[in-house]
Amino acid sequence: MNQNFRMISLLTYTLKNLPNTSKWALRFCMRPLSSSSQLQAAAASQTKSKKTLAKPNIRNIVVVDGVRTPFLLSGTSYKDLMPHDLARAALSGLLHRTSVPKDVVDYIIFGTVIQEVKTSNVAREAALGAGFSDKTPAHTVTMACISSNQAMTTAVGLIASGQCDVVVAGGVELMSDIPIRHSRKMRKMMLDLNKAKTLAQRLSIISKFRLNFLSPELPAVSEFSTSETMGHSADRLAAAFAISREEQDEYALRSHSLAKKAQDEGLLSDVVPFKVPGRDTVTQDNGIRPSSLDQMAKLKPAFIKPYGTVTAANSSFLTDGASAVLIMAEEKALAMGYKPKAYLRDFMYVSQDPKDQLLLGPTYATPKVLEKAGLTMNDIDVFEFHEAFSGQILANLKAMDSDWFAQNYMGRKAKVGLPPLEKFNNWGGSLSLGHPFGATGCRLVMAAANRLRKEGGQYGLVAACAAGGQGHAMIVEAYPK
Amino acid sequence: MRKMQKGLFYLIWVTDRNPIIFQKASLVLPLLRYICRSFTRSSALLTRTHINYGVRGDVAVIRINSPNSKVNTLSQELHSEFMEVMNEVWSSSQIRSAVLISTKPGCFIAGADLNMLNSCTTSQEVTQISQEAQKMFEKLEKSTKPVVAAINGSCLGGGLELAISCQYRIATKDKKTVLGSPEVLLGILPGAGATQRLPKMVGRPAAFDMMLTGRGIRADRAKKMGLVDQLVEPLGPGVKPPEERTIEYLEEVAITFAKGLADKKITPKRDKGLVEKLTSYALSIPFVRQQIYKKVEEKVRKQTKGLYPAPLKIIDVVKTGIEQGSTAGYLSESQTFGELAMTKESKALMGLYRGQTQCKKNKFGAPQKEVKQLAVVGAGLMGAGIAQVSVDKGLQTILKDTTLPALGRGQQQVFKGLNDKVKKKTLTSFERDAMFSNLIGQLDYRGFEKADMVIEAVFEDLNLKHRVLKEAEAVIPDHCVFASNTSALPIGEIATVSKRPEKVIGMHYFSPVDKMQLLEIITTEKTSKDTTASAVDVGLRQGKVIIVVKDGPGFYTTRCLTPMMSEVIRILQEGVGPKNLDSLTTSFGFPVGAATLVDEGGVDVAKHVAENLGKMFGERFAGGSLEVLMQMISKGFLGRKSGKGFYIYQEGVKNKNLNSDMDSILASLKMPSQPDVSSDEDIQYRLVTRFVNEAILCLQEGVLATPAEGDIGAVFGLGFPPCLGGPFHFVDLYGAQKIVDRLRKYETAYEKQFTPCQLLVDHANNPNKKFYQ
Repeated sequence: MNQNFRMISLLTYTLKNLPNTSKWALRFCMRPLSSSSQLQAAAASQTKSKKTLAKPNIRNIVVVDGVRTPFLLSGTSYKDLMPHDLARAALSGLLHRTSVPKDVVDYIIFGTVIQEVKTSNVAREAALGAGFSDKTPAHTVTMACISSNQAMTTAVGLIASGQCDVVVAGGVELMSDIPIRHSRKMRKMMLDLNKAKTLAQRLSIISKFRLNFLSPELPAVSEFSTSETMGHSADRLAAAFAISREEQDEYALRSHSLAKKAQDEGLLSDVVPFKVPGRDTVTQDNGIRPSSLDQMAKLKPAFIKPYGTVTAANSSFLTDGASAVLIMAEEKALAMGYKPKAYLRDFMYVSQDPKDQLLLGPTYATPKVLEKAGLTMNDIDVFEFHEAFSGQILANLKAMDSDWFAQNYMGRKAKVGLPPLEKFNNWGGSLSLGHPFGATGCRLVMAAANRLRKEGGQYGLVAACAAGGQGHAMIVEAYPK
Repeated sequence: MRKMQKGLFYLIWVTDRNPIIFQKASLVLPLLRYICRSFTRSSALLTRTHINYGVRGDVAVIRINSPNSKVNTLSQELHSEFMEVMNEVWSSSQIRSAVLISTKPGCFIAGADLNMLNSCTTSQEVTQISQEAQKMFEKLEKSTKPVVAAINGSCLGGGLELAISCQYRIATKDKKTVLGSPEVLLGILPGAGATQRLPKMVGRPAAFDMMLTGRGIRADRAKKMGLVDQLVEPLGPGVKPPEERTIEYLEEVAITFAKGLADKKITPKRDKGLVEKLTSYALSIPFVRQQIYKKVEEKVRKQTKGLYPAPLKIIDVVKTGIEQGSTAGYLSESQTFGELAMTKESKALMGLYRGQTQCKKNKFGAPQKEVKQLAVVGAGLMGAGIAQVSVDKGLQTILKDTTLPALGRGQQQVFKGLNDKVKKKTLTSFERDAMFSNLIGQLDYRGFEKADMVIEAVFEDLNLKHRVLKEAEAVIPDHCVFASNTSALPIGEIATVSKRPEKVIGMHYFSPVDKMQLLEIITTEKTSKDTTASAVDVGLRQGKVIIVVKDGPGFYTTRCLTPMMSEVIRILQEGVGPKNLDSLTTSFGFPVGAATLVDEGGVDVAKHVAENLGKMFGERFAGGSLEVLMQMISKGFLGRKSGKGFYIYQEGVKNKNLNSDMDSILASLKMPSQPDVSSDEDIQYRLVTRFVNEAILCLQEGVLATPAEGDIGAVFGLGFPPCLGGPFHFVDLYGAQKIVDRLRKYETAYEKQFTPCQLLVDHANNPNKKFYQ
């Protein structure tokens, strides 16, 4: 009886909240009935008076605010820019939004994945262009899709250790232009030519030229260690967790629908307009395209042909974009008169087998970060998970809900449990908003912070997977109003 | 002498592109495993033990899983159960297509049940078996309901023949998924239709290549060749263990395709590439076909030297099918299959496989402590080779030498060995790097305190080996095994300076270590059983075929080879030229000519061993004079390594020329030849009988524990002709009396060197006595 009652209340709850995706939600809500997460749904609607995660003798670190450029499909309005242009736009936007005096910033850190060789320290080039003090040092970090998470946690480290008080962290990716190199043979020949002193030497080098020297070298789309592309791995992962094409399409549709709703309702407040030189001002993300399941079903598999399940419609797309957040020691922010948005609390990096568990980072990171913070799944009000592929998200959800997986692969006694869907990526995710590799982390944190303010929760959990079989999770705590 | 085996690849036959190295034909191992499995007949007729099937929608899913065995084999039982199930599938109106899958991890069907063949006494019986299988597969081929073979793991021999009779094939892209027709390696041919179907499916060149070499084909290549239609990627962990879920996924995918085929949404026909189209056009011209048959036959003749009947027969059977139609082709296939199964060559090869299987097991049980940290002392050719076959299996290995250049050379050898696999695409550069990081090169004994086993591979010098043993024992923990890699120094003598002789053992590797499969393990009377178990365990992990012999001068392998080598020198002194001698030995089935063998191994090494063992065994090991080797050494003719031996070796020159300076040496030491025992055949038998006699003496004296180990050691370590199956199979198959007669004949000419040993005489006196019952 009790079970039935719960099920009904659960269903009505989700149906009310997710009118666009009822079919999917229905399916998903049926599943957790046997698991512990049935309790979580009830907990979600309760009001909370939870402890804070402040730790003795460690500075409280806050995110004052954060912004991002609109995320655009690669090859659209940003296609003629360079990465530092986009990064500069995010930095200028942040300056404008927070009015932080430029000379107060102690340090700037940016994350990026595919590096433009001309601006390999893109953080520095963007900061100079954005008018920051040339006395503010800047560095660039890279950790695949969690590069800007790494930028933020590096900032946390600098502040916590007392080295800095104010740090700008961000990330940028411009997939419209990527560095395509000459082949190694050609490069070697060109370098040798450079060194050659006499005409005879030059001629002898040139005589070694072969036509195949001209074949270009593209930046690797596949894992270096396994030579497997991420989409391929995602398809195998979905199959390993027995996730159907329909489930993946439904999840992708949910992401797009929720993103559209959030965009229409003006909830994506971290987006700042960007006047692109020579083009119109870009004001919003352009990859949000709710379609129909029928339309999506028509697409052919993109990686494992002809029978795979990962398609263009249920994968994140190549995206251009940049993001930036202003991170401060709490006392500094308060002294400057800011009302911060959130605390950045415990975080965790994990890594695992880059072949078969490439995209399971969130599964590994979530229980660890919760444990570290002394929280349980029930305490989390807002989940913001990076959506690389529908199949990846659904695989992670299944893995988190599996005792067998927890015991056999994670060395844990029991599963961490399933995040309740009604709290999960409610304003869309990387599938719909886009995924500029280096910039997504800051978007996730700001989405969590903004949702906590809007929805009235206390804790947000941010998690993401990354190439190389790595992963990250962080607890974001709402700043008291 | 250990270096003498360098370059001894046991070529049964080779094609242009890829030599088939007998001992590398790992694909046959699965085939071998079931040889020993007893063939039991099911008592219950109604319950199926090998196959179960269920229906998913309108697709019948037929799952094979033979009980009590690691592999599925096409036994008579499985055959009849399959027929039964197929009849149900064909008669059911609900079923429109079928999927054939194995639920056994790592194995689809590893081949036909060889016990079924071995129990036949006439070729007619074997032909009968072949014809039954042909009929069944023909019915399957003509099935109106499409059947999809879902292949995960080994799909060999009869398994492949079954798969290619299906309408569609889907294979997992797993390292364990190998398709092939290894029958030729057993001296037989694919007897259930492959000779007829394969050429049509993959084209004649590829089909010949598969059937004549027995080569195993990995899934991705099979897809390119058109042998399979789709690939399925192996899955990682998810809702179930990876292997289990991968099979389930394969089944799901296969069901989709079975449905698609039944609905005619998918056609089993494959688009042929331009090259394929051109090839098939060319082959439609009879003249071109004849030329190709001729070419292939020539090549096979050259490589088998007429010693292996199966390859030529395979060409014949394929030809019959193409030129005279499939009825004639199938008939020829089944009849030839029957004939071949009765040949001595086939029995010898099958016997070798049986032996190989036995030598892949640790009969000493699991060691108390598994070796996790290995240390190799000496980074020379052997030491680096041992390190290479250890690190690539994930064993942490320290490689120690005394100088940086020597160590660097060894490290480079390991890297090159791994990197060559990257070039061949059997390893990724990442896997190579991960393996190479298991190797630690150093000049001191740091870390030896954590070693579980030390293998020394320093120069063959007793004093040096004593020094290394003492130095190592000063550092290594109590449980650590000390193994000596030597080809002739008695282990007991090495162990005399040991504080703990029960932990000392011999591990005689063969060069090149990464190519030669044999490992000869030598135990002294003091060696403990656990030490032996540990050495065998490490050897097996290194991928070796292992024989365990008792300590004694030359152990087993070197001891057998030495009298033969002595005879080689005498034959040369009697005026037979090195080239002539080489061709006499290779035409008898040795992979490398006798004179070349001396050059490859090193003249100095040969002299060293001949001198030592000559002292120990006295007259029996006499023959050629040591003076030949000594003069060669004094002139710097050390063999390949010095550029000159019996032949001249030059970098980049393929055809080696005779070293004319040898003429004067051989002329000055000329011995009179005895015409009665100097015919070509006599020369061949003088070499072989001395080898065989010594091998049997080793068994008689207890150096060898079993004849099987003697055969495996001789074939895999010394290049004894595989078609003869090793010295013991040779005596069994050709008759001990005949061999004793030969020995007696030569004994009259050369006395004691040819006196047959007692055990051999016993076998000759009692024809019922066999080494293999």
